[in-house]
Amino acid sequence: MTVTAPNPAPAAEVPRSSGTRLVDRVFRMRELAILVVFLVMIVITQIGNSDFLSEQGIKDLLLNATILVLVATGQSLVVITRNVDLSVGSTLGISAFAAGTYLQGGGDSAVAVLLAVLLGVGCGLVNGLLVSLGQVPALVVTLGTLYIIRGIDSIWVGSRQITAAGLPDEFVDFGSGGISAVPYLALIALAVLVATAYYLKHFGGGRELYALGSNPEAARLAGIPVRRRILAAYTFCGALAGLAGALYLARFGNVDSGTGNGYELTVVSAVVVGGVVFTGGSGSVYGAALGALLLTSVNSVLPALGVSSVWVLAINGILLILAIAVDRIVALRVATALKKRNARHG
Amino acid sequence: MTDRSDAGPAPVLALKDISKSFGAVRALRDVSLELFPGEVHALAGENGAGKSTLIKTLAGVHRPDAGQVLLDGEPTVFHGPADARDAGIAVIYQEPTLFPDLSIAENIFMGRQPRRALGRIDHKATHAATLALMERLGVELDPDRPARGLSIADQQIVEIAKALSFDARVLIMDEPTAALTGSEVARLFKVVRTLREQGSAVLFISHRLEEIFQICRRVTTLRDGAWISSEPVEGMTEEDLVRRMVGRDLDELYPKQDVQAGEVALSVRRLTREGVFTDVSFDVRRGEIVGLAGLVGAGRTEVARAVFGVDRRDAGEVEVDGRKLANGAPSAAMAAGLALVPEDRRAQGLVMDMSIERNIGLTGLRTTARAGLMDRGAERSRSLDWAVKLQVKYARIADTVNTLSGGNQQKVVLAKWLATGPKVLIVDEPTRGIDVGTKAEVHRLLSRLAADGVAVLMISSDLPEILGMADRVLVMHEGRLTAEIARTDATEETVMAAATGRAA
Repeated sequence: MTVTAPNPAPAAEVPRSSGTRLVDRVFRMRELAILVVFLVMIVITQIGNSDFLSEQGIKDLLLNATILVLVATGQSLVVITRNVDLSVGSTLGISAFAAGTYLQGGGDSAVAVLLAVLLGVGCGLVNGLLVSLGQVPALVVTLGTLYIIRGIDSIWVGSRQITAAGLPDEFVDFGSGGISAVPYLALIALAVLVATAYYLKHFGGGRELYALGSNPEAARLAGIPVRRRILAAYTFCGALAGLAGALYLARFGNVDSGTGNGYELTVVSAVVVGGVVFTGGSGSVYGAALGALLLTSVNSVLPALGVSSVWVLAINGILLILAIAVDRIVALRVATALKKRNARHG
Repeated sequence: MTDRSDAGPAPVLALKDISKSFGAVRALRDVSLELFPGEVHALAGENGAGKSTLIKTLAGVHRPDAGQVLLDGEPTVFHGPADARDAGIAVIYQEPTLFPDLSIAENIFMGRQPRRALGRIDHKATHAATLALMERLGVELDPDRPARGLSIADQQIVEIAKALSFDARVLIMDEPTAALTGSEVARLFKVVRTLREQGSAVLFISHRLEEIFQICRRVTTLRDGAWISSEPVEGMTEEDLVRRMVGRDLDELYPKQDVQAGEVALSVRRLTREGVFTDVSFDVRRGEIVGLAGLVGAGRTEVARAVFGVDRRDAGEVEVDGRKLANGAPSAAMAAGLALVPEDRRAQGLVMDMSIERNIGLTGLRTTARAGLMDRGAERSRSLDWAVKLQVKYARIADTVNTLSGGNQQKVVLAKWLATGPKVLIVDEPTRGIDVGTKAEVHRLLSRLAADGVAVLMISSDLPEILGMADRVLVMHEGRLTAEIARTDATEETVMAAATGRAA
């Protein structure tokens, strides 16, 4: 993670303290841990059912994760600023339907995706403005917009339904196609993920999101444009929810007024399981993406092992609690370690 | 950076005849101050003398009603903290505000990181610049370490490094040593001397007089918002300084009555809360005021909370009038006659949006209720009674407490607890942030309570208050009781020595 060259430390060099190394290791471990859990689960399933990792199996696994990864990436940015966006499910639903309606009317595929993203941006802007200007708790504001957007969606859609038959073939083909086992949609999600992670690490705006989530008061004192950054995080989150709506349409071809209902809770779970701390200021989008991959693969693993899918929700819940418990324990351990270190130096 | 670092006669920053009022309160009256490059200048005065207002004026937080701020001899108006910062003025507060999740380097350069092509942050350059700052300060801190878990002393170093990265020429340090141990103070002073040699002007605020004599060249004294003196430290004695700061008869501010102590009312034996305080034993007798002194973070408040039962104790016993108190049960403590007036009255002592009447009434809900229902009439008369006894200044008793001044809020908290008729009263920082007049009233009240046979345990960081009011002084250092000093032997030196672990 760090770019410092490992030159043989001369005497003047400040020794890298044990505290730093410990903390670094813990945070890397946090993402590694999810990866290990994921891999173990996959291996066990493969042993139990050798068809699981067929080309189609891998493709399904990735396709299932794609949409959640996208929305979780956007959600992470918001959670890092110590806020939350509960309206992502509604945004996804309405964007998917808007893009579908446009395509059914003979529209162009690229424009349809753009339309979905713009609609998402609009929803994100509304959320961001309410949270940053209104100084109201994000949980309540976005719970409100969750219902408002869903309500508008229901009135607009009514009992109509979009089916794959009404969509252009190229759009549907793109949704299910890919380069051997890797779907195009997954590549889009990966590109967005990598770009977002790079921005968060290497650009001022990204670091400032962490800063204002870590200590809002200090952020204000440091001259960070707090409201503008929060607005940007929500807008980005909305944009990705919109994009996810378009991809949902491409993947399933089937959208009605209930699309994306309750999705926000899955997204928030993925983010938290991925180690993005709900009190803001820490975590990474890679972690969130791994969390999303882990949660969605539970959905595929259980049927492959012949376990009833009624267990999925319970297992997701257990993973969530486990993740929070691990974070809490690790945080306490790190705090004690740092304290001890201070005591030695004091 | 500074052409005048050879201590020429021009002050880098000066205040001339500054006045500032908040409503009817005149916080500063015709105050002048000159800071020269390469000097450490002390600002002395009691709590409420106007030091904070002066600092905030220099930092661009307040704009003076009258008078001028002169930067390099030129009249300047700071429209906000950013203006002052751009002018090279930095304030180091007692407890800095950092980003706990971010590294030290990022904390210093947040918002101003060195950039590479395309606006990307140059992490390497940030790291190197932080190392250079640490070297300049002569301090070893790893730039990549997160700020979480840093000691307050280290956090201050990070703030100072941040100030240097802004090319600050004036550093204002607001009681930086209040929470530091002896060795940390020594390191901070080394840094301050380095800064001085590099031509910075430092305005140093401390309530520890010996520190002023140790490190400052000149001292400016304020009293009740007015400028008293600016003079070289050399040739002054501590008594001179105290006289300028206090300027009034000490007996008036600390009206302690002599009382014959009665039997033990509160007995604490080997009280321990793991990692917070260890093996704390003491008695408080009826009629006695026992002062509990120590640095911020020594564990005094935590002891009080454990005695009262807000926090559980891991070991030890608490007895009130010979009866053991159950662990972790504030209601049992109240029933036994214990009352705790907490440190943070806004967060812990009062319900800010509720009326004076209801706030005082909170502790009497059981006694004033009839058949389990509240008796508003009884509550009102009980509250009025106490509000009048304590001379709370209010318009109507139904006003919410957030309309009251800090001193009057403190009286409401006291009324709330005195209404329970306690045998033992624990007060935590009873006069923090309240004006001198009300302070004297609170002291008179505590003294009268003791005379009436209440056992009083008073936690305070205000050393003159401890020395002026306590019959006995208990001192804590890093979670342990390090000294018990009789009133006759208690001086600033003996108490501070025990509080900083420099056992006399």
